[in-house]
Amino acid sequence: MEKKNGAQILIESLLKEGVRVVFGFPGGSVLPLFDALYDAPLDFVLVRHEQGAAHAADGYARATGKVGVCIATSGPGATNLVTGLATAHMDSIPMVAITGQVKTFLIGNDAFQEADVTGITRPITKHNYLVKDISELACTIKEAFHIASTGRPGPVVIDVPVDVQMQLAEFNYPHTVCIRSYQPTLEGHPGQIKKAAKLINQSKRPIIYAGGGVIISGASEELLELAIKVQAPVTTTLMGLGGFPEDNDLSLGMLGMHGTVYANHAVMESDLIIAIGARFDDRVTGKIDEFAPHAKIIHIDIDPTAISKNVHVHVPIVGDVKNVLVKLNRLVKAGQTKEWLERIREWKRRYPLTYKDKGDKITPQYAVEQIYKATKGDAIICTEVGQNQMWAAQYYTYTKPRTFISSGGLGTMGYGFPAAIGAKIGRPDKVVFDIAGDGSIQMNIQELATAIASKINVKVAILNNGYLGMVRQWQELFYKKRYSHTKLLNPDFVKLAESYGALGLRVEKKQDVEKAIEEAIAAPNVVFIDFVVEEEENVFPMVPAGEAINRMIGGMA
Amino acid sequence: MKHTIFALVENRPGVLARISGLFSARAFNIDSLAVGETHDPTISRMTIIVDAKDERILEQIKKQLHKLIDVISVEDLTKKGFFERELVLIKVDSSSCSKQKLHKLTDKFSAKVLSYEGKKAVIEAVGDKDEISALLAALGGMKICELVRTGRVAIAK
Ligand SMILES: Cc1ncc(C[n+]2csc(CCOP(=O)(O)OP(=O)(O)O)c2C)c(N)n1
Ligand SMILES: [Mg+2]
Repeated sequence: MEKKNGAQILIESLLKEGVRVVFGFPGGSVLPLFDALYDAPLDFVLVRHEQGAAHAADGYARATGKVGVCIATSGPGATNLVTGLATAHMDSIPMVAITGQVKTFLIGNDAFQEADVTGITRPITKHNYLVKDISELACTIKEAFHIASTGRPGPVVIDVPVDVQMQLAEFNYPHTVCIRSYQPTLEGHPGQIKKAAKLINQSKRPIIYAGGGVIISGASEELLELAIKVQAPVTTTLMGLGGFPEDNDLSLGMLGMHGTVYANHAVMESDLIIAIGARFDDRVTGKIDEFAPHAKIIHIDIDPTAISKNVHVHVPIVGDVKNVLVKLNRLVKAGQTKEWLERIREWKRRYPLTYKDKGDKITPQYAVEQIYKATKGDAIICTEVGQNQMWAAQYYTYTKPRTFISSGGLGTMGYGFPAAIGAKIGRPDKVVFDIAGDGSIQMNIQELATAIASKINVKVAILNNGYLGMVRQWQELFYKKRYSHTKLLNPDFVKLAESYGALGLRVEKKQDVEKAIEEAIAAPNVVFIDFVVEEEENVFPMVPAGEAINRMIGGMA
Repeated sequence: MKHTIFALVENRPGVLARISGLFSARAFNIDSLAVGETHDPTISRMTIIVDAKDERILEQIKKQLHKLIDVISVEDLTKKGFFERELVLIKVDSSSCSKQKLHKLTDKFSAKVLSYEGKKAVIEAVGDKDEISALLAALGGMKICELVRTGRVAIAK
């Protein structure tokens, strides 16, 4: 059999895994790999910073459900991936990152561009490997893809010394993997599912609390079926947006710190919480001792460690959300929830999600609503972090899974733009927006060059408030308006976009918002829209940190 | 409360770092940790004595350990009958204690005097936590120069 070198084996293995696009940046320790990429039948997207490669691979994974792949060189290349790996890890995103490493015999010598990549990335990856022997390369890649994409997904790093990339071996790609120490539980325990069904059938005030697990597992339809059958209202986490159609009557939108008043009230008053692929994060529960005092809790999750970590769970069900819901749906009966839904309808009437109109001035909420209107809810919306992220979550109506892409767990500023690039490559048929803040967009602004050079037609809507707005909001509310280092002196985003070859649009008046968005969507180009918005607008409602989630400020007028 | 748990893990580089990293990252308290190969050379066994405030933390520790890809299984021995042993080597200043006297003392604890030279003696002891503590208390009169312990290992009855 003909022998191939490590780099070729790596590329062939990626092809066997069905990889069609790789994001990356070259360097000394990946030269053999880049040589193999030169004529490989793969789309390679050259980013301008390795963090961009990691986020783009992540955005690709979120938009498509496939494993995202990125490549970086040893040392600084690999350390630049760190934020992207941690972001993917927190949100359970399937990713494989390949890093070059110094030659095997130099490892541990503080060689040029050496970093202990497996050491650095151990706590922020699902798993990682250092491949010191060419004979292990192909099966390591097989394992890495398997681990990244099964169970609770997550990023996996494969660190490959440059000499291993050059060694020769026969290429045999394994067909199957069996890792004795890794056997995720996929089927829920039938007895537990029965118990859950019994609780659901007895409940008068149930609420479904759905998280990112619903989207990862592809269980939106099953969730909808459950909600309709039981007539239970559904609230989602930030990660769960799109997992349940928000235009459905049973939808309560998002819960938690910036959730809707009615979602938070419903949780607090419920007698049964059906948690599905969610993890009772502190941004969701608020003060844990006062969380949902009357409720029993059913918790369905593929990760046993997520269960009973933060709250006591009455009926835990470990398993893949979709598998469990299919079985659960067979056992539940039509719910007696008429009174409960009526109460919720009343909360919706009394405390709708609203904001004050500011005449000619553009409010950020209005800009988001207009993006929704123009795209008819059919776009993929990526976000940065801060107020922009919360407004994007609140004022766009998500109806389909994988249409909202945001760094939830880590809250990474600079995520949205490269993630949008990845998402657009994965779903070229979709309009892809990054709803950005003026601060966040500057954290990975260099990826404009990537988007232009690789002709990735993404649209960036900057909600330009001249502040690190979310931090300013906390300073306003909790630090006596002492705006310590949150005012920004920004570049001219229109000129900046133009200098890269993108289209730049500035919008200063409310009446011009709609037109600008339509122009941006129609343009066959990367577009930056600089929405000059009300500076000191706040995100409401808001649960102050550490308070019970029904003690909200704003939105209770 | 202290719990004695053991984990069977892949005998691979980096596994110990994963486990110790997990304990420090999640602020779990380890009292003792001992690792060694089993009769199957591809598998190592770790005996971990953890201090868990309540059932929930103990559950988290076990589940988080199990979640590590290289961990094959995790078991709690606390509620079962089990043997627990630790080996301790102690170097004492023996100038105030004759060889005979030292032998008499160590015999009481089934410990051994490995050497008695000059002013120093080296003692080996094997036992559970209480036995080791009792021996150390009995040696109290002498100055301890060095002390080294393996960490506790345990096995179910
Ligand atoms: C990398 C990183 N650094 C710091 C923070 C803390 N942080 C959260 S929101 C925010 C302000 C974001 O400002 P901008 O992008 O302008 O968004 P706005 O809140 O104004 O919409 C900051 C600094 C973060 N989330 N990520
Ligand atoms: Mg801002």
